[in-house]
Amino acid sequence: MTYITKPKFHHPALPKNALGYTHRDYEGSVSTLCAGCGHDSISGAIIEACFELDIEPHRVAKLSGIGCSSKTPTYFLGSSHGFNSVHGRMPSVLTGANLANRDLIYLGVSGDGDSASIGLGQFAHALRRGVNMVYIVENNGVYGLTKGQFSATADRGSKSKRGVTNTDNSIDLVALALLLGATFVARSFSGDKEQMVPLIKAAIEHEGAAFIDIISPCVAFNNHLGSTKSFDYVREHNEAVNRLDFITGRAPITVAYEAGAVEVVEQHDGSKLVLKKVAADYDPNDRLGAMNFLQRHAAIGQIVTGLLYVDPEPEDLHRNFNTVGTPLNSLAEAELCPGSAMLEKINASLR
Amino acid sequence: MPSSSPISSVNDFVVRFANVNGSGSASANELFARSVLRMGIPVAPRNIFPSNIQGLPTWYEVRISEAGHLGARGGTDLMVAMNPQTWDKDMAGIEPGGYLLYDSTKPMPKSRFREDITVIGVPLTAICNREYTDARQRQLFKNIMYIGALCALLDMDIEATAQLVREQFKLKEKLIDANLQALHLGRDWTLQNLQCPIGLRLRRGKAVGERIFIEGNSAAALGALYGGATVCAWYPITPSSSLADAFTSHCRRLRVDPASKKSKFAIVQAEDELASIGMVIGAAWNGARAFTATSGPGISLMQEFLGLAYFAEIPAVIFDVQRAGPSTGMPTRTQQCDVTSCAYASHGDTKHVLLFPEDPAEAFDFAADAFDLADRLQTPIFVMLDLDIGMNHRLCRPLTWDDSRKYDRGKVMTAADLDAGKDFGRYLDVDGDGIPYRTFPGTHPTKGSFFTRGTSRDRYARYTEEGAPYADNMQRLLRKFETAKDLVPHPLQANAAKPTKYGVIYYGSTSPAMDEAIHMIEARGHSLNRLRVRAFPFHSSVTSFVADHDFVFVVEQNRDAQLRSLIVNECSIDPVRLVPILHYDGTPITARFISRAIGDHLDALKVTPLRKVVS
Repeated sequence: MTYITKPKFHHPALPKNALGYTHRDYEGSVSTLCAGCGHDSISGAIIEACFELDIEPHRVAKLSGIGCSSKTPTYFLGSSHGFNSVHGRMPSVLTGANLANRDLIYLGVSGDGDSASIGLGQFAHALRRGVNMVYIVENNGVYGLTKGQFSATADRGSKSKRGVTNTDNSIDLVALALLLGATFVARSFSGDKEQMVPLIKAAIEHEGAAFIDIISPCVAFNNHLGSTKSFDYVREHNEAVNRLDFITGRAPITVAYEAGAVEVVEQHDGSKLVLKKVAADYDPNDRLGAMNFLQRHAAIGQIVTGLLYVDPEPEDLHRNFNTVGTPLNSLAEAELCPGSAMLEKINASLR
Repeated sequence: MPSSSPISSVNDFVVRFANVNGSGSASANELFARSVLRMGIPVAPRNIFPSNIQGLPTWYEVRISEAGHLGARGGTDLMVAMNPQTWDKDMAGIEPGGYLLYDSTKPMPKSRFREDITVIGVPLTAICNREYTDARQRQLFKNIMYIGALCALLDMDIEATAQLVREQFKLKEKLIDANLQALHLGRDWTLQNLQCPIGLRLRRGKAVGERIFIEGNSAAALGALYGGATVCAWYPITPSSSLADAFTSHCRRLRVDPASKKSKFAIVQAEDELASIGMVIGAAWNGARAFTATSGPGISLMQEFLGLAYFAEIPAVIFDVQRAGPSTGMPTRTQQCDVTSCAYASHGDTKHVLLFPEDPAEAFDFAADAFDLADRLQTPIFVMLDLDIGMNHRLCRPLTWDDSRKYDRGKVMTAADLDAGKDFGRYLDVDGDGIPYRTFPGTHPTKGSFFTRGTSRDRYARYTEEGAPYADNMQRLLRKFETAKDLVPHPLQANAAKPTKYGVIYYGSTSPAMDEAIHMIEARGHSLNRLRVRAFPFHSSVTSFVADHDFVFVVEQNRDAQLRSLIVNECSIDPVRLVPILHYDGTPITARFISRAIGDHLDALKVTPLRKVVS
C-alpha cells in the first residue's frame, strides 16, 4: 500500500541497464503482504525481468483482479499505470486496454481464486482470443485475504490449516491454457528465481497470449503439513522440464550453456529462447506432447515446471482483427469520422 | 348486413399483416411499407414478433398517416390474415367497418367471419400452386402476391413498388422479373375478380419530404461511429444485437483504411456481458472510445463493473435497448423499464447519466454526444433506447453532422502538461466542477502514472481507508453529477395555446404517441403543457416545470413509474403532484391510451370541482 513510501535515495554504484535505469526505477511501493510471501518473490522477478530487458517502465500496463496476488502490481513498476479491477475480471479489462493501444506491454497478475474460481470464464476466453499479454497466476491454492478457504486449484485431498480436507477436484490452469490455445505456457515456483526471471522475460517478448502459473506458497494459510502448495512439498515434487536462458532479438548476445542438452527457439520478434533440457526428450513446440507430459507427471504426483509449450509464430487478437498499426486510442477525427458529405449519401440511401 | 358501414379513409389507416415466423413475409411486408413511403405518405411500421425463429405467430403493423402520426394507434383497419393459428384473435382486432384480406383457396365457414367487416378473399395458394412448382417459391411469391392484391385494393401506384423491387434486387437480375411477375399476378387477379378499390385508399402525397427511414439501432451505431468509437464489446441479446451488427457493417464500409485495408476499429463478441463491459472499461481507461450494447438482463450482469467505472471514473458508453422485464420477461416486447436500474446501477452510492432519445435521428445525435459526455464526465453514459425505436424502421429527420465539430476528449493531461510542471492528482478537483484530470497509460516516463482501483483513495490516487478522504471523494462525485446537469441534453418544453394548470412529462419512444395524444386531449377540451425529458440527471427546468403546474402527468412504459420516482427522489417533489400514466403490456404506448387515461382524469376534475364546492 502506498502509505509507506520508499526513499528515492540509492547507491550511485547500482548497476544500470541500457536505458540508464537501476533496479530501483522498476520498483513500486513497499509490499504489505505477509513477510516471506511467495508473491513478493514474483514481484522481484518481474522487476528483474523488466530491468534486464531494458523496458521503459511506463510502457507497461499492469492489470489485476482482486486478492493478495492482485495487490502486488502496487509493489513493482511504480512508474507504470496500474489497474486493480474487480474480482476475476482482469482478463476482460486487459483485453479492452490492449485493443485500445497495441503498443504497450500488458502484464496481467492474478491469483488462483481470481483466475480459477470466480474468473475461470474470463481466464479461458482471454487465452482463446490470443490477447498479446503476459498472464501470471500467483498460485497458492488458498484464499489469503479472507483467511484460508480453499481455491479451485487446491489439490483434492490436501488439508487446510484448519484441518479440513479438500474433496473437490483441482483445476490445473496450465493444462487448461494448453487446451485453450495459449501460445506460451509455463509453470514455475516462487522459490526459484533463476527459473522465473528468464520465463517472464521470454513471456514479455512473446507476441501472443503467454501464461505462467507460478506456485507461490501462502506462508499464513497454506504452508503446513498436508498442503500440496507448501514450500517443502513443491521443492520435493518439482520436476523441471528445462532451464531457460533468454536472448532478445535486439541484443543477440550468446550465453554460455551446457552442451548436449540445449535447444534454441527463435520467437516471432527475433528473440531467442535457449532451453537447457533437464528432461532429455522434451519438445517445447509440441502442444499435444506437453499435455501428455503434464498429465503423466501429475499422475505420479510431480509438478512439472519450466517452459512447457511455445508457438514461435503466435497469432494475436490484433492480427486476427487486422487492426491498423497506429494504436486505436490515438486516431483522431480525421481518421475516424466520415464527415457530413458521407452522411448525406447515407441519408439518400435511406429514402 | 354489416352493422357498421365500411371504413372510408384516404392515407390514414392501419394495415396489419398476420404471418408465421420464418415464412419470408418480413421482406414482403416491408416492401409494402416502403411503397407507401415512396408515394409520399408517412408510415410507421412495427414488427410484433415472438422469441422464436420459425413457426410462431408474427405480425407486422403499418400505420399510414398523412398527418405524420408515427406512434402506434391501436386497432386494425385492414387485416391481412395469413396465419390460421391466430385467425380468431386477428379477426377480433379489426375495427368495426374494417376489412379482412385472406387466402380463400380453402373455403371457410361463414361462422368464422365477423358480420361487421368486409371480407376479401384471394385464392393465393391456388394461384401459386398453378404458377409455381417449387415449394419455396410458392411460399415466397405468395407473400409478394398479396402485396400485389393490396396494390389493387388500395389503388396504389404499382410503379412505386416495382421500382423498390428493382432497387432491392439490383444485383440479382433474375429475381427482379420473378418478383414483378408475382406482384402483377396478385394485382391482376384482384382487379379482375373483386371490387376495387375498397374504402381505404392511398393517394400520392407530399408529406414525407427529406425525411429518412431507419431503425434506431442502426442510427445509434452510426452515431457511435461518427462519435469516434473504436472499440465495441458486446454479447448477443434481443433487442440490442442489431446495434452491434449495424456497427460492424457501418465500420466495414466506413472505417477500413483504403490503402492498407486495415481496420480502424475492433469489435469483440464477448463471452458474456461482464466481459463486454470489462473490455469497454479497459479500452476507455487506455484512451479509446468504447461502448457496449445490451438490454435489461445485461445491465443486471454489469452491475459490479458499472460501480467500478463510476468510482474509478472511467468513461463508458452503454446502449440499453430496453425490453419487457423482469428476468427474461418478454424479450421481444418493448418497455421503458430499466430507468431505475441504470440510474442507480451497482452497490453503494452510485448515480449515472442517462440519455433518452425519442427516435432514430436523436439516437444518432445522442450516441455521438454520449462519447463526448463520457470523456468529459469520466463516467458511464447510458443511451436508453427501447425495442420500439431500436428494432423498427422509423421516419425521422435526416442525420446531420457538423464538420467543424471536434471530439471533446475531456480533461486529459499530456506529457507536455506534466513536463510543464502541472500538479497531477488523479482525483484532484482543480476546476471546482468535480471533474479531475486523467492521464493515459504510457504518457510519460516518470510523471503522471497512477493506480486505478475500486478501493477508496485520496486525491492523489493513494489507497486509503480513512473516513475524511473517502467522504471528500464522494462529495466531489456529487459535485461532478451537478456539473452533468448542464452538460446533458436539456428538456424540451411545448406549451398549450391557452394557459393551463396541468402539465405532462414524457420521454423516449413515447414521443410520437404523446404528440398525437395532445391533440386528442385538446379535442376533449383540456390543455396541457408538455415537457420532454431527454436526460438524467435532471436539468433545473424539470423542477420548475413541476412547480409551475398544479400537477403533472408522467407518462411512461413501465409498471412502477420509474421516471416519476426519479423526479420525486432527485428533485424533492411531493409525489402527489405527479400523476403516473403507465402503459406496460409490452406493446408500444398509443395515443388512444394516453388521451383516454389523461382525458378521463381531467374530465373527472371538471365534473367535481371539489375545492370550489368546499370553499
